[in-house]
Amino acid sequence: MEFIAVFAPFVGFLITGLFGKQLGNTAVKLMTCAAMFMAAGASIYLFYEVNLQGNPYTTIIATWLESGTLKVDWALRIDQLTVVMMCVINIVSTCVHVYSVGYMSHDDHQSRFMSFLNLFTFAMLMLVTANNLLQLFFGWEGVGLASYLLIGFWHHKHSANAAAQKAFVVNRVGDLTLGLGMMATFAVFGSIDFDIIFAEASKYADTDFVLFGQHIHAMTAICLLLFIGSIGKSAQIGLHTWLPDAMEGPTPVSALIHAATMVTAGVFLLARLSPLFEYAPEIRVLVTVTGTATAFIAATIGMTQFDIKRVIAYSTMSQLGYMFFALGVSAYSAAIFHLMTHAFFKALLFLSAGSVIHALSDEQDMRNMGGLWKKIPFTYIMMWTGALALAGIPPFAGFYSKDIVMEAAYAAGTWSGQFAFWMSLAAVFMTSFYSWRLIILTFHGKPRASKEVMDHVHESPAVMLVPLFVLAMGAVFAGAFFYEPFVGGEKAHAEAIHASAEAGAPHETTRVKIEHDVEAPVIEEEGNEIVWSRQDFWGDSILVLEENDSLQFAHSAPEWVKFSPLVVGLLGIMMAYLIYMTQPGVPEKVKRTFPVLHALSFNKWYFDEMYEFLFVRRAFGLGRLFTLGDRKIIDRFGPDGGATISRATAGMFSRFQTGFIYQYAFVMMIAVISLLSWFVFRAEGGG
Amino acid sequence: MVIGLEHYLALAAVLFTIGVFGIFLNRKNMIVILMSIELMLLAVNINFVAFSVFIGDLAGQVFTMFILTVAAAEAAIGLAILVTFFRNKGSIAVEDISDLRG
Repeated sequence: MEFIAVFAPFVGFLITGLFGKQLGNTAVKLMTCAAMFMAAGASIYLFYEVNLQGNPYTTIIATWLESGTLKVDWALRIDQLTVVMMCVINIVSTCVHVYSVGYMSHDDHQSRFMSFLNLFTFAMLMLVTANNLLQLFFGWEGVGLASYLLIGFWHHKHSANAAAQKAFVVNRVGDLTLGLGMMATFAVFGSIDFDIIFAEASKYADTDFVLFGQHIHAMTAICLLLFIGSIGKSAQIGLHTWLPDAMEGPTPVSALIHAATMVTAGVFLLARLSPLFEYAPEIRVLVTVTGTATAFIAATIGMTQFDIKRVIAYSTMSQLGYMFFALGVSAYSAAIFHLMTHAFFKALLFLSAGSVIHALSDEQDMRNMGGLWKKIPFTYIMMWTGALALAGIPPFAGFYSKDIVMEAAYAAGTWSGQFAFWMSLAAVFMTSFYSWRLIILTFHGKPRASKEVMDHVHESPAVMLVPLFVLAMGAVFAGAFFYEPFVGGEKAHAEAIHASAEAGAPHETTRVKIEHDVEAPVIEEEGNEIVWSRQDFWGDSILVLEENDSLQFAHSAPEWVKFSPLVVGLLGIMMAYLIYMTQPGVPEKVKRTFPVLHALSFNKWYFDEMYEFLFVRRAFGLGRLFTLGDRKIIDRFGPDGGATISRATAGMFSRFQTGFIYQYAFVMMIAVISLLSWFVFRAEGGG
Repeated sequence: MVIGLEHYLALAAVLFTIGVFGIFLNRKNMIVILMSIELMLLAVNINFVAFSVFIGDLAGQVFTMFILTVAAAEAAIGLAILVTFFRNKGSIAVEDISDLRG
């Protein structure tokens, strides 16, 4: 079953990639979508078997390489975390595939596009099913490659090429440290196999290793390197600049990159390596702070952008920040929970935006939209659903996941947790503000598009609307439905525990692991209420040390902590409504009153300019220096020099070739005479 | 005065030398070069015949006949090439022909 879930997209990619031209567009679309449907079905079956029945397992396919003590297998690690990721990836990816059939129907290279989508999904599946760091790295790079191919899909556009290269190069920075982290892991553990690392993590909790005469705490170093690796992929502040530019790709790609694949890889990596990160508290503080900063900064940028896809892109970045600070406060399962709900509603938002762009004949600037809601009502409703989920309004999915993330941050009881809570509260306000700014600018007010475009506006075909509907179902119900198994837990216990914790009781008693037989169903009856235990749901795939278990306290956080995100979110919606519906002049006034703040936000905090100044120009300078060295030294004395010398010599000799027959004859004669004389004189002398 | 082998050889040598000088002193006409070549061949023929008589072996004279045949064929081909060349270049002056110059 796991083979179908992982390799169906790969087979689809191979067949359609190699024989796409012979098969024709229709066959390619059918095959790629069928592969995804098979994979999605298989992963839902796995969800039942692994998560609900609690039977994780690992399938070894083959030995990849063996060198000394390093042994790496191709293996599919099918545990709870993997299967959750597989379900998210496959379901969202299936929706995106079906949607692409409609969205790309006018494109000349749609079969190439579909097979790349399959490759992208396969790479991500390899990443999440890896049983060792190297296979994870394989998937990691595969995702990078596929994203490069898809972002630059419209390769006739210069900006698309530039964006694809930027995504690739920025990701390389993170990949470098991921590679270093992998090597450090091997140096410390003598293995990069997850089973071995996780089993022995506690043994090495206090190990130091010596580098350049410095004693370095091994876990901290490893986790720092791996964390920087995940910053690149998950577009956290610092290495985030590729993400908004990735909007150059076709909209289904943006949806896939931002929702199910690629950016979630970093979150997954940290959750997967929870047994290591639990022993590196300093790094978890760093993760929290980075995530919080990302959530806040991205939200501020999102408020002033005008490109409909960029607004959603910055929103993705902001939500990834939420996931990261959840990881930072050890609420790994909350991060994955938010990842899942986010995947649904962000894919929904992107595909709805794609539907708008499609309706408006490829217009992306919100200043040229407006007044669309009567013409494309279904897309309008879908956009509302996505935005409500994003803003965290009950009963939509985002409400559950965002709340638990913020409660966990608050309940972590550390300064970084508090910082994360308050900053993310501000970000919640901005999130709902820019979401409704987007909706109002796009769908309400007077139409600002030209008359021809407005006359042409039409609702998308059914093949695009059905995936939207499926994703909307996810965005509405995924939160409420999966809250208990993902992050819920012993509510009754938690109350008591919190009380005892406040009374100064030692933390050792805080975790009550529900004992259960392997055969016993995981769903336990407690009175009339069915209570799932998240420990049972996640099994051993996520490790949280007892003293770090912030989720445990999250459920007993004060009431105002639970309601404040909702209140703030509603405030943001109201604010956006007041400003953009009733007082259209206000944004301009605000812009004039706070020019510095507006410029900062509108220009994305000048990150691109800073990198341009710090790295890009330096790199160009270095490049020019090397060009000089290459041309003036190596080429000059190497190939160019050789060519010049042989040309000059040949020129010299060619002067003998006058082309006059009588001269040749004369030379011949002289030669014959000389030879003869030499022969005769020798014969006489010798004779 | 008895005309002996020496005289024939001397004549052949003179003819040969004239032929050689005809090739590389001549700047005007390609036909002269062809004629010079013929002259050199004739000089060689004279040598052949002279030695043939001197030694008393008829083979030398047989070879002379062969050489004459070959020379006739060669002259025909040479002249044919010359005619085509003239059509292409419009000149057969030796000074003008330097297409092989490097």
